[in-house]
Amino acid sequence: MDFLSILSIFVLACFVGYYVVWSVTPALHTPLMAVTNAISSVIIVGALIAAAAAGVPGAKWLGLLGVVLASINIFGGFAVTERMLAMYKKKG
Amino acid sequence: MHEAAPVNPWVAFAYLVAGVCFILALRGLSSPATSRRGNRLGMIGMGIAVLTTILTHLPQAAPEGWTVYAPASSLPIAIDWASAAEILAAIAIGAIIGLTTARRIAMTAMPQLVAAFHSLVGLAAVLVGIAAYLNPGAFGISSVVVPMIGEPFNVINPVSKVEMGLGVAIGAITFSGSVIAFLKLNGSMSGKPILLPGRHVINLATLAAILLLVAQFAHTQDAWPFWAVVVLSFAIGFLLIIPIGGADMPVVVSMLNSYSGWAAAAMGFTLGNTAMIITGALVGSSGAILSYIMCRAMNRSFISVIAGGFGATDSGGGGAAAIDRPWKRGSAEDAAFLMQQAEQVIIVPGYGMAVAQAQHALREMGDKLKEHGVRVKYAIHPVAGRMPGHMNVLLAEANVPYDDVFELEDINSEFAQTDVAFVIGANDVTNPAAKTDKSSPIYGMPVLDVEKAKTVLFIKRSMGGVGYAGVDNEVFYRDNTMMLLADAKKMVEEIVKAMD
Repeated sequence: MDFLSILSIFVLACFVGYYVVWSVTPALHTPLMAVTNAISSVIIVGALIAAAAAGVPGAKWLGLLGVVLASINIFGGFAVTERMLAMYKKKG
Repeated sequence: MHEAAPVNPWVAFAYLVAGVCFILALRGLSSPATSRRGNRLGMIGMGIAVLTTILTHLPQAAPEGWTVYAPASSLPIAIDWASAAEILAAIAIGAIIGLTTARRIAMTAMPQLVAAFHSLVGLAAVLVGIAAYLNPGAFGISSVVVPMIGEPFNVINPVSKVEMGLGVAIGAITFSGSVIAFLKLNGSMSGKPILLPGRHVINLATLAAILLLVAQFAHTQDAWPFWAVVVLSFAIGFLLIIPIGGADMPVVVSMLNSYSGWAAAAMGFTLGNTAMIITGALVGSSGAILSYIMCRAMNRSFISVIAGGFGATDSGGGGAAAIDRPWKRGSAEDAAFLMQQAEQVIIVPGYGMAVAQAQHALREMGDKLKEHGVRVKYAIHPVAGRMPGHMNVLLAEANVPYDDVFELEDINSEFAQTDVAFVIGANDVTNPAAKTDKSSPIYGMPVLDVEKAKTVLFIKRSMGGVGYAGVDNEVFYRDNTMMLLADAKKMVEEIVKAMD
């Protein structure tokens, strides 16, 4: 993709983020941080590419380590968010 | 020329779907009722992104005579199953560590956990950036130059070098900053601001140096500016967070949340990956908005929080705790009696409740009061606790229904018609000096009007200490205030006993 298309997606996503996040109820701000943490680990995509590529062993090992770190975040982040959200109950 | 492998349109589409799932995940958080569905969508989005990447980047064994510089499409493809197994093992290790941590962690330790998770995102971004620098061909961000003399070499596209440089820098700042935030929140390091002389000059100079080095790297592709960016960014992360005190952590944690997003976005630019860019933008704006909400709730500018040192120096306003002023002391029995006679009680929790782990005892007290026909509500100040929404999670953990819990703007007008305001572990957020005393460091900060209630019950460890802002609280000495001096949890348990 060319730089300008990527930039367009980025700018529009910032606006989407702005409106979506303002609509999050303050009571759920901690789960919001936990889940944003989990989804920002989508950086695992880069780590997977590095880990799968042959040719440069250093890059491959860094990639594998990146996969471990990002996986901790993905599994831990979603699980802890789920645990927190399960606690929010209505009256009665 | 290294030709980027022809991109299957379905691949781009899959990443887009993942991005949309992430948007819907955040959208679900607009209400507790839809939040779990949102979280599931987030998981689905992540699953799509990971699977798509694995399927389109199966590790390939290098055939005989293969070089890094040869176009991949011209070679016979053999899948390297050993490599594939390593990748799956890496995911499995991460999953085990992540799931165990998520299951075991105490809710009161949530701020530390989030800080720790941020540091991992930051470090992962740095690793990906370095890997992309070492093996740019794999990321499709370079072209091969075959000179007349000597070995062919990879030239990374200048735009990619800028993106990589910035991504690595933001990732490194996120990492080291989050490590400090973690240590402070975890109590492994004093929450007091640590002030280095000339820190503003050092920080600005370091930031300027990082930007110049990124430019230098983009210009020359030399190794030294790249590594210098990594090292300096790790250093500036430490330097930026050490002068910031404990109670300013809600802003710091939000800010680091934002940085982890921008780091992911920068890497998304490098890879031209829509899922990463959408996520980065979402997380980046989320953290930025939370930082803004926290700063507004303290009536302080973002710059002043980041500059640090709040409450470290002897600021004039309010003066030291005037212990010689008269105040009233109450017992658990007095408190129990007063609250049982009340029509409405508003409970104001703060960080002290989290430290004392008093939320379960508090809910029990609330239940007892409800049995007596008392209306019980909870009032949450946006900066109560150590991260945004900290109090809400703890109350939810103790089974307090979320419709009993109110935000500052929604409940502040009710104190005047309330019989008892029960302050537990909060201090600065109830200080009326914020409304009246222009010389007070917290002047202008929105506060909960607890003093307007008929009676204020104020749990505090001792009369000596002052809140984070280092100012005395007028509420302690008012005629309608009764101080309950004890550990928060013990006091609440005694009140519950006295109600029987």
